[in-house]
Amino acid sequence: MSALLDISGLDLALGGGARRQRLLRDINLSMEAGEVHGLVGESGAGKSMIARVVLGIAPGNARIGRGSIHFIGQDITHLSERRRRHLMGKGLALIPQDPMTSLNPGHSIGRQITDVLKLHLKLSGRKAIAHAEGLLEECRVREPGQVLRQYPHELSGGMRQRVLIAMAFACRPKLIIADEPTTALDVTVQRQILRLIRDLQRTAGTALLFITHDLGVVAKICDNVSVLHGGRILEQGSVADTFAAPQHPYTVALLHATPRYDRPAGELRPVPEALTAELLAETRRLDHAGAA
Amino acid sequence: MLANPRVCIGGAVVVALVLTALFAPLLSPHDPLDQDLINQYQQPVWTGKGDAAFPLGTDNLGRDILSRLIHGSRIALIVAFAAALSAAAIGVALGLIAGYFGGLCDIVISRLVDIWMAFPAVLLAIVLVAVLGTGLHAVIIAIAVIDWTRFCRVVRAETMAQKQEDYVATAVTIGLGRWRILLTEILPNVAPLLLVLVTLEMGIAVIVEAILSFVGLSVSSGAPTWGGLLQEGRLYVNQAPWLLVFPILCIVVTVLAFNALGDGLKSALDPVLRR
Repeated sequence: MSALLDISGLDLALGGGARRQRLLRDINLSMEAGEVHGLVGESGAGKSMIARVVLGIAPGNARIGRGSIHFIGQDITHLSERRRRHLMGKGLALIPQDPMTSLNPGHSIGRQITDVLKLHLKLSGRKAIAHAEGLLEECRVREPGQVLRQYPHELSGGMRQRVLIAMAFACRPKLIIADEPTTALDVTVQRQILRLIRDLQRTAGTALLFITHDLGVVAKICDNVSVLHGGRILEQGSVADTFAAPQHPYTVALLHATPRYDRPAGELRPVPEALTAELLAETRRLDHAGAA
Repeated sequence: MLANPRVCIGGAVVVALVLTALFAPLLSPHDPLDQDLINQYQQPVWTGKGDAAFPLGTDNLGRDILSRLIHGSRIALIVAFAAALSAAAIGVALGLIAGYFGGLCDIVISRLVDIWMAFPAVLLAIVLVAVLGTGLHAVIIAIAVIDWTRFCRVVRAETMAQKQEDYVATAVTIGLGRWRILLTEILPNVAPLLLVLVTLEMGIAVIVEAILSFVGLSVSSGAPTWGGLLQEGRLYVNQAPWLLVFPILCIVVTVLAFNALGDGLKSALDPVLRR
């Protein structure tokens, strides 16, 4: 059986000529249907860029140098805008990072959810509204009928994220990319949202590419994990193996930098600067070797 | 929005003007074209030498100034609304396309705007009217053709800014098409800005119409327009200065009202300034 999502040897750079900046280097990532894959790394590691390339919302000056992305056997590396639209909703969906800015301020919640339903499920107006109410209920939104009539600015961050999650799951896509879905929320809401995403994922059997910098979250919900640094995947494997016996020194350092309730606070150590510097030097060496 | 005094005052004056224009035949005491040579050069009524039948006096042919001004508001407002909306339509369409699609579209449209704005506006208007012939439609077309660049520039910049917003990325990931995103997602968020621009443009259109009718390039010379009244009054300024004063007052008050309304709307609709 072919993989649901297969990224192989993907290189991505911004701009061209002298100002070319490499963002992703030789990314290999494969996901099966229903799998939850964690993508971890520090800021600027290229986590979100992977999500954006897969979804086709990379910045205009981003160029794919080498490699390919396959989704359910179809090459989506250089898909036309029209063909890509058919993939969205039913195939691929996004749970964005910042719920405060990811909903259109000018449209009601109902309009934004029913847009998805009308587009992909071809539901008529009244059916779409009924369906949207059901979706919000699934996402544990109280009084969904009223929320549908409200505008984004009338809702809290947590509520907006629930709305966006409802939109992502609306057409039961094969793969949802969650780009740090809890980063912009406060801690108590984070827990609820995480549980919600995991529950929905399990009942719908959706595969989930979960982008985060929180290893605790990865341990809780992911099957497999990729550790990213400087646009390279340093380590990849099942969560159980990787966390029990990390192979790469950077993964070890990341694990040490994660607070755990079963470990004294004194053992919390930041990622050593020497290690980061060494990794960056290595990346640069590899780039030169590749260019030569 | 109504708490803003500029919106209130400007809006009230504009509404009053619109009502005046709509009900001009009912409001004006005389036919604006009726000549009455016995009553020529009547002074405004409060000078004590005037006639109560002609509150603002009469001109060299004995036509009632008040009636002429009331009827003049019709032409001024028709031009203001039609020209501002047409200019907005052209400018918004091109601005949205340039801002959203970028690349070659943007380069072509932006250079066109640059070249357009380098042309002296009044010269362009006169050439246009000369080509199109005089008349109301020619004035409206001339203003729209000259002033669309204002809208284009602002809308292009705002579209570029809106395009970077996360909600546009959300719209892409749910599979909305580009035109759909442009028209139903981005355009409504550009609309408040547009309202401000259109209001300000109406003030400009009133002035341009006055200029064109002053130089005789607007509607035919018999019809009462504020610019035309000015041009006729200019000849008799020594005998009857009020012929010049009242049309000027009308133009100034109208333009001030549109500008106040536009500025007021700008601060009332701007989420940053509102706080």
